[in-house]
Amino acid sequence: MAAMIERINVLIQYKDLLRELVVRDVKLKYRRSFLGYLWSILSPLLIMIVMTIVFSQMFDRGIDNFPVYLLTGSALFEFVNSSTHMAMYSVLDNSALLKKIYVPKYIFTLAKITSSVVDLVFSMGALFLVMLVTRAHFSLYMLLIPVVVIQIYLFACGLGFLLSAANVFFRDVQYIYNAFTTAWMYLTPIFYPIEMLDKMEWVRWIITHLNPMYYYIQHFRDLVLYGRFTDAAIFWGGWLFSFVVLFIGLFVFKKTQDKFILYV
Amino acid sequence: MSEEYIVDVENMTIRFNLASEKVDNLKEYFIKLIKHELMFQEFLALKDVNLKVKAGEAWGLIGINGSGKSTLLKAICGILKPYKGTIRTVGTIAPLIELGAGFDMNMTARENVFLNGTVLGHSRKFMQEHYDEIIGFAELENFQDVPIKNFSSGMQARLGFAIATMVKPDILVVDEILSVGDYQFQQKCYGRMNEMLQGGTTLLYVSHDINSVKDLCDHAIWLDHGVVKKSGLVEEVAAEYMNENR
Repeated sequence: MAAMIERINVLIQYKDLLRELVVRDVKLKYRRSFLGYLWSILSPLLIMIVMTIVFSQMFDRGIDNFPVYLLTGSALFEFVNSSTHMAMYSVLDNSALLKKIYVPKYIFTLAKITSSVVDLVFSMGALFLVMLVTRAHFSLYMLLIPVVVIQIYLFACGLGFLLSAANVFFRDVQYIYNAFTTAWMYLTPIFYPIEMLDKMEWVRWIITHLNPMYYYIQHFRDLVLYGRFTDAAIFWGGWLFSFVVLFIGLFVFKKTQDKFILYV
Repeated sequence: MSEEYIVDVENMTIRFNLASEKVDNLKEYFIKLIKHELMFQEFLALKDVNLKVKAGEAWGLIGINGSGKSTLLKAICGILKPYKGTIRTVGTIAPLIELGAGFDMNMTARENVFLNGTVLGHSRKFMQEHYDEIIGFAELENFQDVPIKNFSSGMQARLGFAIATMVKPDILVVDEILSVGDYQFQQKCYGRMNEMLQGGTTLLYVSHDINSVKDLCDHAIWLDHGVVKKSGLVEEVAAEYMNENR
């Protein structure tokens, strides 16, 4: 218990560092670009337009308002994908600093995930724009969006801790994870309806039982696209995935962090 | 008993893995695991080191390259964990770090002051209050909004020194940083360090310049291949060290 309080105190002491790191990431991302932050809205929109043109021909029958269906999925997936990829390098990239000063190492990982949340918020802006244009229904359930964001944030933190620690010891992780996220993307119903997999029973089973992204995206779509509470299974399953992954990530990170300095 | 020491290092040993090829990918790891070749080729960077520093003392760490001076400092700062033995420190530690280690080259001097300050554990508010003082000491008034990558190494060192010494830490750790920067700034830094010493700060100072050690410090510890060869008052240790390395 005392150790826990001690840790929280350290986090409070370094909260301004977390803030500075997040501000740095956000500032540097679009420095020297003409449109600046507008890209955070434009870029998902452009991708959405391309994907809509390509895929709406293929799966149009099952999905109403395909642009919103697509954006709800891709916004969340893109958040997890890019935040964990950046988090993976967070310890290695700051090795020069970690060799010189004592700083809680997890701050760097946490900062990468947190700065990606800013992008997620922007891409939700893009989503609302599309909803306006397509005259989608705005329901009061959308006020519950922060619940999904918290779930997915905790999940991404856990995965980020796991990857950043693993990457210190085995650089292979970078390449494995690249392939992994590609497979993960196709195994997540982002641009196709889950019903499409009815004929492939076992693939569908894997997705609906083992893919956390399915839970978060389904939850998000229920709130935004269908204007209703999500199923209890999706809701609690999402929390379960978040906390299990967060716990594993923190555990591995804490166990190995004293050895980082010898490998970075 | 141990309360009177601000830094208390007891029988500390630090071990590194010197394994000829570093295993940092999975394939090698499994091959070596199966062949039972993951064995440590151990290297003791420090062996049974004892160092007891009282508040307000200034200690110089001397020894040839690779003798373990920087390793000892890193252990005191909490960066390296001891393999055996204990380290206890009381109060805040401000490390004077190597050029640019805490800086982001793409950001301006102003942004880096806040970034580096918070890396050292200060709050943003605290940095705002001391911002002018830092820029003033570093003599960078005209370059506040220039990205650091366009700075000379001397300018970066000045900024780093100004940030680290702006607050009066309980323990100031200086690892051969003052070799950069011009003569005038070096004098200014020595002045600042003397000022802090008078104010009761404890100094741990690494330098190959034995004269500056004699000037600044009242005690010294001489390390040789990870072993303490002699520690005590600076005159005695320095004299013996000079004798040996003539």
